[in-house]
Amino acid sequence: MNWPILSVTTFLPFVGALFIMLVRRDDPTGNGTARWVALWTTLVTFGISLAMVMRFDPAVAEFQFVEKHPWLGFANYHMGVDGISLPFVILTTALMPICIIASWTAIQKRVKEYMIAFLVLETLMVGTFSALDLVLFYLFFEGGLIPMFLIIGVWGGPRRVYASFKFFLYTLLGSVLMLLAIMAMYWQAGSTDITVLLRHEFPLNLQKWAWVAFFASFAVKMPMWPVHTWLPDAHVEAPTAGSVILAAILLKMGGYGFLRFSLPMFPAASHDFAPIVFALSVVAIVYTSLVALMQEDVKKLIAYSSVAHMGFVTMGIFAATTQGIAGGIFQMVSHGIVSGALFLCVGVVYDRIHTREIAAYGGLVNRMPVYAAVFMLFTMANVGLPGTSGFVGEFLTLIGTFKVNPNVAALATLGLILSACYALWLYRKMIFGALEKPALAGIKDLGLRELVIFLPLVVLTILFGVAPKPVLDMSAASVAQLVEHYNLAVKTPGKTAGLP
Amino acid sequence: MSVVYSSYLPLLPELALAIGAMVLLLAGVMQGEGSARTVNVLTIFVLIAVGAFVVMIPPGRHTFFGDSFIVDDFARFLKLLTLAGSVGAMLLSLNFLKVERLQKFEYGPLILLSSLGMLVLISAADLIALYLGLEMMSLALYVIAAFDRDNVRSTEAGLKYFVLGALSSGMLLYGASLIYGFTGTISFAGIAKAAGQGAPPLGLIFGLVFLFVGFCFKISAVPFHMWTPDVYEGAPTPVTAFFAAAPKVAGIAMFVRASIVAFPGITEQWQQIVVFVAIASMALGSFAAIGQRNIKRLLAYSSIGHMGFALVGLAAGSVEGVQGVLIYVAIYVAMTLGTFAVVLSMRRDGVLVENIYDLSGLARTHPTIAFMLAALLFSLAGIPPLAGFFAKFYVFLAAINAGLYTLAVVGVLTSVVGAYYYLLIVKIMYFDEPARGFAPMPGSLRLVLAIGGLSNLLFFVYPAPLIGAASAAAKSLF
Repeated sequence: MNWPILSVTTFLPFVGALFIMLVRRDDPTGNGTARWVALWTTLVTFGISLAMVMRFDPAVAEFQFVEKHPWLGFANYHMGVDGISLPFVILTTALMPICIIASWTAIQKRVKEYMIAFLVLETLMVGTFSALDLVLFYLFFEGGLIPMFLIIGVWGGPRRVYASFKFFLYTLLGSVLMLLAIMAMYWQAGSTDITVLLRHEFPLNLQKWAWVAFFASFAVKMPMWPVHTWLPDAHVEAPTAGSVILAAILLKMGGYGFLRFSLPMFPAASHDFAPIVFALSVVAIVYTSLVALMQEDVKKLIAYSSVAHMGFVTMGIFAATTQGIAGGIFQMVSHGIVSGALFLCVGVVYDRIHTREIAAYGGLVNRMPVYAAVFMLFTMANVGLPGTSGFVGEFLTLIGTFKVNPNVAALATLGLILSACYALWLYRKMIFGALEKPALAGIKDLGLRELVIFLPLVVLTILFGVAPKPVLDMSAASVAQLVEHYNLAVKTPGKTAGLP
Repeated sequence: MSVVYSSYLPLLPELALAIGAMVLLLAGVMQGEGSARTVNVLTIFVLIAVGAFVVMIPPGRHTFFGDSFIVDDFARFLKLLTLAGSVGAMLLSLNFLKVERLQKFEYGPLILLSSLGMLVLISAADLIALYLGLEMMSLALYVIAAFDRDNVRSTEAGLKYFVLGALSSGMLLYGASLIYGFTGTISFAGIAKAAGQGAPPLGLIFGLVFLFVGFCFKISAVPFHMWTPDVYEGAPTPVTAFFAAAPKVAGIAMFVRASIVAFPGITEQWQQIVVFVAIASMALGSFAAIGQRNIKRLLAYSSIGHMGFALVGLAAGSVEGVQGVLIYVAIYVAMTLGTFAVVLSMRRDGVLVENIYDLSGLARTHPTIAFMLAALLFSLAGIPPLAGFFAKFYVFLAAINAGLYTLAVVGVLTSVVGAYYYLLIVKIMYFDEPARGFAPMPGSLRLVLAIGGLSNLLFFVYPAPLIGAASAAAKSLF
């Protein structure tokens, strides 16, 4: 613990971005340099974050790798991770190199700026998950809007302007209310330090208002029905790697926010509002699955399926049982890998044919057998087939919710069936059948670069499906503490102040 | 002699400004039009020297002329800020005056005289000093607005500003006379004492309202903002930059000092007014700017909105609130001057273009300028981690503490609406196809843009100095 490993993980990508800014040349050589710098930066960052996992003690529920420096006077630069945040940090650092490789040839214009935007985004995302001060958290959380806005707007599809504005303004609208709640919490508790606030008991009235304000922000980010409409637009227009980051990490900020703030800081309010969250989650699971069935655009279909899968997460989190929360975290990690991989799968064929219309494909298995196999695996993981990581998360959230509210769990199970419908329908339409479209006649199977991208994702999907223990163990202690704290606060109001 | 010297040291900035303005004016008259550039460059040095004098003032609180003139931390902070705004505006002017053939030696002395008015205004501790400072500032401003005297738009702007400004000064005087009539004193401290006893007389409240009308006009807060877009559009662009920065600082200073020092006993009464004005300004600033295509008009509405945000801190009426206001105006000045540096560099075929679509594809033609402007625009929109976020953060923090929840909620919601038009400019620069590039940016503009842009970008790295200074300044008022 001699060197600030967490700050290095957070800010190394930013340093890489500064390096790329120094590249003056605007020709293929300059672009190549930018790509390589970005790749190496993200790889080294990933390596450092792995070192952090090695040193992480999963038996301890408290924050680790803590750093604290004076900053704003009342708010400090306070960083640290625990079992709830570390999986997301790793997920972020692990997916970034994949995103960079995935953009290697697909992005040909303004490569330098693209890489800078991604590296800055990585800093902001890792920072979001490891900030231990509310103001600092908000800084990272909101700051992420700027690079993502540019990524969608500059490198996106035909309706990119509309999508980027919608993404930005929607998210901003949700977040500003959270900012006011942060201020109210500061005046009530006298601190914006998350470790202090986790032990502070807020009066019920403030809890309710603050919960609603935080919910406004995280529900948009998550996104939950009915504030999910920005997501399909953003996904469809974003470049492939942008979609991957959006689905795999930015959405997880909402779930992380629920776990880090809503549940432990406003337990009474969370308990009171849980039925509403359940209702919205079930609607999200069933309704958006039905909507997904109707889509003609591959990316839109996967986007709607993301909304449905996030419904399982919110349901599990607000069940506030050990299984529900652990399942929520696992589901988010798994969805990060699987949905990211699915968007990459779409990117592969989009790079070749330049259309996302489902009807434009068919019979790809004849020309792209390896691709078909890979796509099959991730489709199955998306459906939640046992043996893949998708199963573990959904199963745990369902068990966790069943203990609290069997009806909700039963309705949510319907979503599993529907997800099988749309995912398999999509797979059949695109992969099976005869190869009739003339545009597909010369399509090539996965190249080496693409295999390199998919290999780690394939391995992880199966590994986490067969042996989910490492991920669950990593967060077990923190989850146990969270659940204990929550139950104590709900059952005996006024007794939480003395929690260790 | 040394006693006299040291005891009057706190007045040195004002004296130096007055002498500097007169000397430069005389020099200009003697040397003729040819000396214009020298005079204008010397103006910058005078302003910087005055800033050094402000820094040299011994710490603590000094009062002069029967307590009508006060120098405290609050005054020091805002004087430095005003002078910085004036220096920035002068730097923005140099190239413009040369290219547009407006090299006249009166320009510098006029800026100096209006700055003098601002410094007096900031230090004013009674109604007479306040009025004197205000008029000295405004008269010089009316003239500079019409500085491009052969241009119809510029003269129209000057005339419009003068007529409406005179009207508002009249209202302010009327309010001041009512306040004097009902309290029997013109000093802020005396008014506070008289107003604090028992129920405030109706006449005093009446006077307060008229006084506030005058204040709102000077900082262009809704509903007294109507002159702003026309004057901003018509005045020569560096003059617009000057209007948007320094006089706003002085106006806010006078607003804050008068409200906090003279009327603490009737906070409830003036708080209502400030809350209304703040909400109206933020809302109008956000919605009305959406339709603007002329960048100067757009920035005019943007500044109306920003004054609304600054007033949110004043509405709280607390130390934190005043601290928030001070941080807000400081960051606002940096953002505004940086943005105007870009506006002034939008020169194509020798002509300044003003449509926001002229910025199309700036990220391709001038990547550095586009990057800086984008940072400034995100900052103006209040997106973290840029400085503008902290500005908004501190004023809303105070508002929440004061229990002004409606104001805070409306404020943050309008900031989302406002974000739209800043994003629109970012979109034009980054998403749209490049238009023809601009002429190379002159060095003085680059300097202002670099200082404004970098201070906004990097504010979060080391925010302590500004926040500490603002906190000390705010405490000196209470």
